[in-house]
Amino acid sequence: MIPFKLLVLACLGYVLLLFIVAFVVEQRAAQGGIKWLRSPLVYTLSLSIYCTAWTFYGAVGYAARSGLEFATIYLGPTLMFIGWWWLLRKLVRIGKTQRVTSIADLISARYGKSNLLGVMVTLLAVVSATPYIALQLQSVTLSFGVFAQGAPNDWKPDSGQTAIWVAIGLAMFTILFGTRNLDANEQHQGVVTAIAVEAMVKLVALLTVGVFVVWVVADGPADIIAKVNVSSLSGWRLQPGRWAGLTFLSAAAVVSLPRMFQVMVVENVSERHLATAAWAFPLYLFAMSLFVVPIAVVGLEVLPKGSNPDLFVLTLPLALHHGSLAMLAFLGGFSSATSMVIVAAIALSTMVSNHIVMPFWLKVGTRQATVAGDVRQIVLVSRRISIAGVLALGYGYYRVTGGGEALAAIGLISFVGAAQVLPAMLGGIFWRGGTRTGAVAGLGIGFAVWLYTLFLPSFGATGLMPEHVMQAGPFGIGWLRPHAMFGIEEADPLLHALFWSMTLNTLAFCTVSLASFPDPVERLQSAQFVNAFEQGPGARGWSHGLAEAEDMLVMSQRILGPEAAQSFFAAQARAQGMAGLLPDTTPQFIDQLERRLSGSVGAATAHAMIAQIVGGAAVSVEDLMAVANETAQIMEYSNQLEAKSEELTRTARALREANGKLTQLSDQKDAFLSQISHELRTPMTSIRAFSEILMEGGMTEEQELKYAGIIHDETIRLTRLLDDLLDLSVLENGQVTLSEVDVDLRDLIDRALMAAGPGAMAVERDDSTETVVVRTDSDRLSQVFINLVTNARKYCDAAKPKLRIEVRVRGGQVDVDFIDNGRGIPKESQAIIFEKFARLTDQARAGGAGLGLAICREIMANLGGSIAYLPGQGGAAFRVSFPRRIARAA
Amino acid sequence: MGKHVLLIEDEPNIIEAIQFILSRDGWRVSTHTDGADAAAVVRQMAPDVVVLDVMLPGRSGFEILQELRGDAATRTLPILMLTAKSQGRDREMAERYGASQFMTKPFANTEILASVRALGGF
Repeated sequence: MIPFKLLVLACLGYVLLLFIVAFVVEQRAAQGGIKWLRSPLVYTLSLSIYCTAWTFYGAVGYAARSGLEFATIYLGPTLMFIGWWWLLRKLVRIGKTQRVTSIADLISARYGKSNLLGVMVTLLAVVSATPYIALQLQSVTLSFGVFAQGAPNDWKPDSGQTAIWVAIGLAMFTILFGTRNLDANEQHQGVVTAIAVEAMVKLVALLTVGVFVVWVVADGPADIIAKVNVSSLSGWRLQPGRWAGLTFLSAAAVVSLPRMFQVMVVENVSERHLATAAWAFPLYLFAMSLFVVPIAVVGLEVLPKGSNPDLFVLTLPLALHHGSLAMLAFLGGFSSATSMVIVAAIALSTMVSNHIVMPFWLKVGTRQATVAGDVRQIVLVSRRISIAGVLALGYGYYRVTGGGEALAAIGLISFVGAAQVLPAMLGGIFWRGGTRTGAVAGLGIGFAVWLYTLFLPSFGATGLMPEHVMQAGPFGIGWLRPHAMFGIEEADPLLHALFWSMTLNTLAFCTVSLASFPDPVERLQSAQFVNAFEQGPGARGWSHGLAEAEDMLVMSQRILGPEAAQSFFAAQARAQGMAGLLPDTTPQFIDQLERRLSGSVGAATAHAMIAQIVGGAAVSVEDLMAVANETAQIMEYSNQLEAKSEELTRTARALREANGKLTQLSDQKDAFLSQISHELRTPMTSIRAFSEILMEGGMTEEQELKYAGIIHDETIRLTRLLDDLLDLSVLENGQVTLSEVDVDLRDLIDRALMAAGPGAMAVERDDSTETVVVRTDSDRLSQVFINLVTNARKYCDAAKPKLRIEVRVRGGQVDVDFIDNGRGIPKESQAIIFEKFARLTDQARAGGAGLGLAICREIMANLGGSIAYLPGQGGAAFRVSFPRRIARAA
Repeated sequence: MGKHVLLIEDEPNIIEAIQFILSRDGWRVSTHTDGADAAAVVRQMAPDVVVLDVMLPGRSGFEILQELRGDAATRTLPILMLTAKSQGRDREMAERYGASQFMTKPFANTEILASVRALGGF
C-alpha cells in the first residue's frame, strides 16, 4: 500500500517539476528562446488538455457502462481536426489578425466589439466550465480515496477536505504561472510547455496501464477480444441518435470550449503547427482510447462487483498489487485534471477580467484609469481573483452535487453548454449576415434552454429545480417540462437538451440576424472575419496578369481622359517593345497604371478599381475603408471649395450692390446738378432777357419799373436758392453747430407764426399743452416751424384755410403736429416730399426751389428727432418729433 | 398780320420776356403753360412756329415733341426747344425726337429772335 504521505509528496513533487519546467521555459523564452519549445509537437501535446481526468478515468467507466459509445468523445475531435482543419485554420488566422484573447473576445469582436456579447459568452463559459472543474476535483478526490481504501489509519479521507486542498493548490499554481505577467498576446509559453509535459505523462501512464492490462493481466489482444465477447459490453447496441449527437457534441466542444480555444488559437505561435496537429492530435486521441475497452473489460472481470468503473485505471493496478504502476496511473490522472483546470482557469480569468471586471472598473473608476501602471496591476489582480473564483465555483458545484454523478455525465453537461457558442461563432466567421442582435438572441436562448433542461436539473432533486417542475412542468404547463420540451418525450435528457438548445439557438441566431441590421463597426468586423484569408500581409501588388488590357484602357480613359490614357498605354506598349495601344498586362505595367491612376483618384480607389478588373484579388475591407477615407477627404475638399465659391458669390453680390448704390448715387448727383442748373438758369433767363430789353431803351417808365422789379425778384430768388443749398450742404455733412438753449415751446411757435408773416389763415392752438420747456437749438427748430407754417399758407387751398397746431409730450419725446384743412398731399407723392427739389406744384405758386422740406428733414435729424407726413388727417399734416432735451452725440 | 408763334412755357417772367421780344418783331404770340394738353393746343392753333420748354408741368416737352413728330400734320412744323438744363443729354434727346432747333437758357434776346425768324422762314 502506498502511504498517504508518499502520495501527497508525489503530488507536490510533480507539481514542483511542472513549476520548474514552466519557470525554465519562461526564462529561456525571455532570453530569446529555445526553438523546439515552439514546435508543432508542443502545440499538439498542449491540445491534449481535451483529454481531462474525465477521459483518463471516465472513458473506461463510460465503456464499462455504455460500451463503445465512449469512442464518440474521441471521434468528434478527430473528425474536426482531419476533416475541418480549414475551419480551425480560419479561427487561428482570425485569432492572430484580430489579436483575439479568448472565445468571448472573438464573439464580441466579430459582432461589433459588443461588450454585452462578451459578458454573455463569459458567463456561459464560466457556468458551463464549472461542472467540468468540479469533475476534475472529483476525480482527483476519488483517486485519493482509492488509495485510502484499506489503508492504515494514518489518514482518514475527507473528500471535501481533499477537494478543497486540491482546488487551492491548483489555484495557486495557475495564479503563479497564468498571471505572472501581462503578455500583449496573452500567451503563456511556460504553462503551455508544462501542459505538454503533463500530456506526455498521462499518455505514458494510460499506455503503460493498458499494456499491463493486455499483456500482464490478460494474455494478449486475442484474450481481450474473447473477454469482450463474454462481457456485458458485447450486449451493447449502437444507438444511432446518441452516436450522431455525441459525435457532433464533442466535435463542437473541441472548438468552443474556452480552454480548447485558449491552447488552439490564443497560444498558437504559428499557423503551420495546425498542419501537424491535424494528424498528430487525432493520433494522440487514438492512443488515449486504444486501451479503454481492454481496461474496462478486464476491470469488470477482475474487480469485485460494484466497483466504480470510473476508477478502473487506478484500481486495477492497485488490486493487482502493482503500487508503482498505480502511482503512475494516479499521476496520469492528476496530470489530466490539473492541466485542464489550469488552462480553463487561465482562459476563464482572462474572459472575466477582460469582459466583466475591466469594463466595470473603467466605468466606476475612470479617473484612475488614465494611469497605465494602475491598469496593469488591476488586470493582474482581477485575473488572480477570477482564477480563485472559478475554482471556488467548481468546488462549490462539487459540494452541491455531492460528487454523485458519473464523470462522463458531468462532462457532457459542460459540452452542451460550451457548444451554445457554436452558432454565433460559425455564423460569425462564415456568414456576413450574422448580426449582434442575432448572436445575442441565439446565445441567450441556447443558454437559457441549456440551463433549464440540463444544467439546473443536474443538481438533482435537492437542487435548484423543484421536483414538481420536473414532473409537471412550470405552473403545471406540461409541454415545458425540462426533460420533455414541447411534448417530445425523449428518454435521453442529454440528447433532448442538445437538440432543443442548439435548434432554438441556431434558429434564433439566423432569424434575428436576418431581421436586424448591423451597425458600421459590425459590418466592418464581419467582413474582416468572414474574409480572413483574403487580406493577408502584402496583399497589395499584383502577381498575375489575367487582366484585360482593353478593360483597363477603357477604365483609364474614364479617369485620365482619352488622350492621356491612350498616350500612357502606347508608351507602356512601346516600352515593352510592342506596337499599338495595348501593352501586355504584366505586373509591372499594372503597378505603373495603379500609380498613375492613384494620382487622379487616390491610391485606395485606384487599387480597388484595378482589383475590379484584375478580378483575382477581391477588394478587401481595408481597401474599401481607404476608399471611404479618400472619398471623405475629397468631399471635405469639395466642401471647402463650395464654401469658397459661396463666399465669392457673396462678395460678388456685395460688390454688385455697392456698385448699384454708387450708380444710384451718381445718378442722384447728376439729377441734383441738373436740378440746380435748372433752378439757377430759370431766374437768370428772365434777368438776362429783361436786362437786355432795358439796355436797349425806349421803354415806357411803367415798363421799365415793371421789368426792373422782375429782375429784382429773380435776383432774390437766386440768392434764396443759394442760401438753401449752402444750408442743406452744411446740414447734410453734419457740420452744423447747434447752440442749445432752454426755450418755451409756446414762444417758439409764436415766433414762427410771426416770422411767416400775416395771412388769411386761421391758426388753432391749445395754450395749455404748449407750456413745455425744451432744450434744443431754438433757431433751427423755429426754422422748421416757419417752413411748415409757410407751406401751409402757400398750399392750403381750402375756402377758409385753417392751421391746427397740436403739442404732445410723451416721456422725453415732444410731438408738434401741423395740420391744415386743405386737400393734403396726394398719396403717390407723400413718399418724395422730403427729397430735394420735390416741388409738387408749378414754380409760380411755390416760389421756392423745393428744398424746404429737405432742409427740415436734415435739421430734425441734427436735433435728434424727425419729421414725418401724417396721412389721413383731412389736410396736409406734418409731425415734428424731437427729444425734450437734446442728447449730443459728440 | 404777322406769322403766328406758339410759346409753351410755364415760367411767367420768361413768358413775358419772350412775348415782348417776339411781339416787338411783329409776331403774333400765343402762350400756353400746361404740358398735358399742349400737343392738342398746337394742332388746334396750327402756328407757324412753336417754342417749347422742356420742363413743363403735366408733361415733358420731349413727350410733346415726340407726339407732334408722330402726327403727319405737325411732322414738319418748326419747333424750337428751350431747356434750362445744361447737360448734353437734353440736346441729344431734342435731336433724336426731331426738334428743329435747340437753345439753352439763359439766351440772348437776339439769339431767340434770330432762331424764330429762321424757323418762320424769314
